[in-house]
Amino acid sequence: MLATAVIVFREVLEAALIIGIVLAAAVGLEGRGRWVGAGIAIGIAGAGLTALFAATITASLAGAGQEVFNAAILVVAVVMLAWHTIWMAKHGREMAARARGVAAEIGDGTRHVRALAVIVAAAVLREGAETVLFIAGIAASGEESVLGLTVGALLGLAGGALAGGALYAGLLRIPVGRLFSVTGWLVLLLAAGLAAQAAGFLIQADLLPSLGEEMWDTSFLLAEDGMAGRVLHTLVGYVARPAGAQVLAYGLTLLAVGVPMLLLRQTPARHRDAVPT
Amino acid sequence: MPIAARPARRAVLLAALAIPLAALLAPFNSLAQTATLSFTLTLKDGAWTPQELEVPANQKFELRVVNAGTRSAEFESKDMRREKVIPAGQTAVISAGPLKPGSYEFFDDFNPKARGRIVAK
Repeated sequence: MLATAVIVFREVLEAALIIGIVLAAAVGLEGRGRWVGAGIAIGIAGAGLTALFAATITASLAGAGQEVFNAAILVVAVVMLAWHTIWMAKHGREMAARARGVAAEIGDGTRHVRALAVIVAAAVLREGAETVLFIAGIAASGEESVLGLTVGALLGLAGGALAGGALYAGLLRIPVGRLFSVTGWLVLLLAAGLAAQAAGFLIQADLLPSLGEEMWDTSFLLAEDGMAGRVLHTLVGYVARPAGAQVLAYGLTLLAVGVPMLLLRQTPARHRDAVPT
Repeated sequence: MPIAARPARRAVLLAALAIPLAALLAPFNSLAQTATLSFTLTLKDGAWTPQELEVPANQKFELRVVNAGTRSAEFESKDMRREKVIPAGQTAVISAGPLKPGSYEFFDDFNPKARGRIVAK
């Protein structure tokens, strides 16, 4: 039961942390809860389907199906996160006003919330599919009683959700005037980390040259399989032994998203009439 | 706010994002590349065979991971930075290396007690 709980917790954690950030980044947006909920539901349905067709996916594309599938989902998430970051750079002030309870018209807010739903769905799908396969495997093997399995899975799920909720609550303590600046940076690092993960899958499938299999090794400082290592892996893309192509993907994403983010942030003229902080 | 300028700017931004991502996915033609070196690992009843696999250092190789068990497994190695879900009865192919001389741990992430290592010499 405990072993099940631990494994489910680890799978849920990554998705939960991403949902925590997305929820904080969307404070004040109309339909936030509804769309994030829809993202979770779609992600769970997708996870079930993915698990059902896992054998087919793994065997497809000359054995590279799983890696290409994972990389594609990651790239979709990166594009949506990039769009979010740039959208926020342009609308952050209106969003902050909105979050303070001041009514403000926000450009294409609905499309923006939908992009967030896609990010959530992608995260839940990827982690959820592994969870479903793991649980289905244990259930089929009969190694654990149905009760033990259910309790273990629920404990793991609750633990993961709690961690995501804690991150969300922590972010909400940031003054509204600065919240979206913080979530902007968080989302930027998240996007870069996911891009590096996508590159990792393509290297594993031999579809991308590694450009150096191991650029450096910081596992003696922070092991990737420890709790801190896992959380940082999800949040900022920490990899103890990154490949050259991963470092490149990380850097390119930082530039491609970070530069427009900084350039588009409210112009000085508009800053002056902003609420003093 | 010049409304007409906004879609154009957005298009430029999207292009700026799409190009590096496309570049990332460009070398898909290396698919045909054949790995000359191949090693097999088999997972059955929660144990790996062989438990210690010796591979040549500084050389790329292909890892064929056979899940001969009755439930899904996830081959994972933090040391080699590899992870792949393998449904029961399937064989997964993973491109690995070139590894520096040393010991690289791997395990089944769905059953972390099943551990083994690859030794690059």
